[in-house]
Amino acid sequence: MITQSLRERKMDKIQEGTSFQGKDHENLLALLKRGQSKFGCVPDEFIAEAAQSLNITISKVYGVATFYSFLSTKPLGRNVIRICKSLPCYLKNSQMIIKSVEDNIGIKPGETTPDGKFSFELTNCIGVCDKAPAMMINGNVHVNLTPRKISQILKTYK
Amino acid sequence: MPEKRIVLKNCEVIDPESITTYLDRDGFKALEKAVKNLTGEQVIEEIKASGLRGRGGAGFPCGLKWELAGKAQGDEKYVICNADEGEVGTFKDRYILENDPFTLIEGIAIAAYAIGAKQGYIYLRAEYHYLLDLLMNAIGQVRERGFLQHVDIDIREGAGAYICGEESALMDSIEGKRGEVRYRPPFPPSRGLWEKPTIINNVETLMNITQIILNGAHWFNQIGTERSKGTKVFSVSGDVKKPGVYELVLGSRLKELVEELALAEKIKMVQVGGATGRIIPYEMIDTPLAFEDILGSGAVIVFDESRDVIDIVYRTMQFLAEECCGKCAPGREGTEVMVEILERFSRGEGMERDIVTLEQLSQAMMLSSLCGLGQAAPIPVIDSLQYFRSAYENQIRKNQGVMT
Repeated sequence: MITQSLRERKMDKIQEGTSFQGKDHENLLALLKRGQSKFGCVPDEFIAEAAQSLNITISKVYGVATFYSFLSTKPLGRNVIRICKSLPCYLKNSQMIIKSVEDNIGIKPGETTPDGKFSFELTNCIGVCDKAPAMMINGNVHVNLTPRKISQILKTYK
Repeated sequence: MPEKRIVLKNCEVIDPESITTYLDRDGFKALEKAVKNLTGEQVIEEIKASGLRGRGGAGFPCGLKWELAGKAQGDEKYVICNADEGEVGTFKDRYILENDPFTLIEGIAIAAYAIGAKQGYIYLRAEYHYLLDLLMNAIGQVRERGFLQHVDIDIREGAGAYICGEESALMDSIEGKRGEVRYRPPFPPSRGLWEKPTIINNVETLMNITQIILNGAHWFNQIGTERSKGTKVFSVSGDVKKPGVYELVLGSRLKELVEELALAEKIKMVQVGGATGRIIPYEMIDTPLAFEDILGSGAVIVFDESRDVIDIVYRTMQFLAEECCGKCAPGREGTEVMVEILERFSRGEGMERDIVTLEQLSQAMMLSSLCGLGQAAPIPVIDSLQYFRSAYENQIRKNQGVMT
């Protein structure tokens, strides 16, 4: 559900979005990313408004919003954990790290904690294979992970 | 052949946050030389003569790409630095960006001068967002010192999509669209970003430019093999004692890299070039690392004797199926079918006819996919069937005696 205040803020963002210069489509991805960082997702209403204000079809906006893994049409938690599942991390036992996060926050990949604190996802190679296993939380990279380190790291996120 | 630092010359030597440390190491001398003493055409001739080939994986001759864009009609041209390093097991560009952004910026500035572009972009993958401030700071310092009179450089960030490392998908992403691969021709040097002539070069490719301009094409041309000039930066990970970034003269042996430098033991196989790279069994560990033999993006993932080949290939194909843009059927459906089949093998429920399907599908995908992802996706399947066929056959026999 989108609250009234969210709707208002969203309208502000749209208006900001339409005010920046350049080519329409370039604005689209930038706009969706700003929506994502502002609201934690790009909800349906946002997509509809974006289409209207940029004068392009909803399907085009939806197509972009669902193409990129750092955009989500579902609400995400305040902090998004992305554990790397690619081979170099897998060889360094990323399964253990996934299990450790599951045990710590009580949800599985693809889920969000009921208090909205964490969303948990698996992601493809994040480019720190020399320090595997690794994960990202929001924009931060955490490397050379162990189950013990996981509990400590998770505590630092509010 | 030995380790040699051309691309990584300044890494862990200069302070990436301070242009003065770069200027002390001949920083911007190459740009100065190009702008004062050479025409754009002469810069392009030098790069052509050097034999430099693209370091992102495909190995296209860099000078030829520049020449096509240089000769293309129109005032509005673009240079794009591809910093969308998404290839599994590749982290060399991250290492370069965080240690020496200045050489890269100088390389982009020279490229822009050569083809007459007034705008350059660095397309930075979303996963490397933490490098944004460092890069912006570096660009700001370079601009302040007056080295960007002829070109402006901006950063465009991705939003999480492996395929956006493919040049045409990358351009669509900068244009704000889904990162889907384009039909070619036209190629970017004639019609690229916003339909304008564009060159797209990998981070590592552009890191070579300053050295070629300062030392001359002949100097560069003496390094490497007949068709692979210069050095290559490798990202080594997996079952090794010393994972990390290594720069070797092209033509060096895989053995030297993984056994002597990265200290791997009891190797079963090595995947060279990432998810779509070749699988090299230990018997072939003496293979040279060069465009003539094996290279790709320089991702080198080592697997020891404890690893299960089918599991590795299955996971690789899952990755490719997920990251395929979906535009063409061979890429979209081909990778999915391969995932299904490989999953059966991983459960010990493979069928003999599955191997035939894998081989036929591989041929179809290589022939008819729209881009490199779909064309090269079957490589791990083909290589593992060639070198580790018994691993597949063993997973058929477990199929409760049923042979179809």
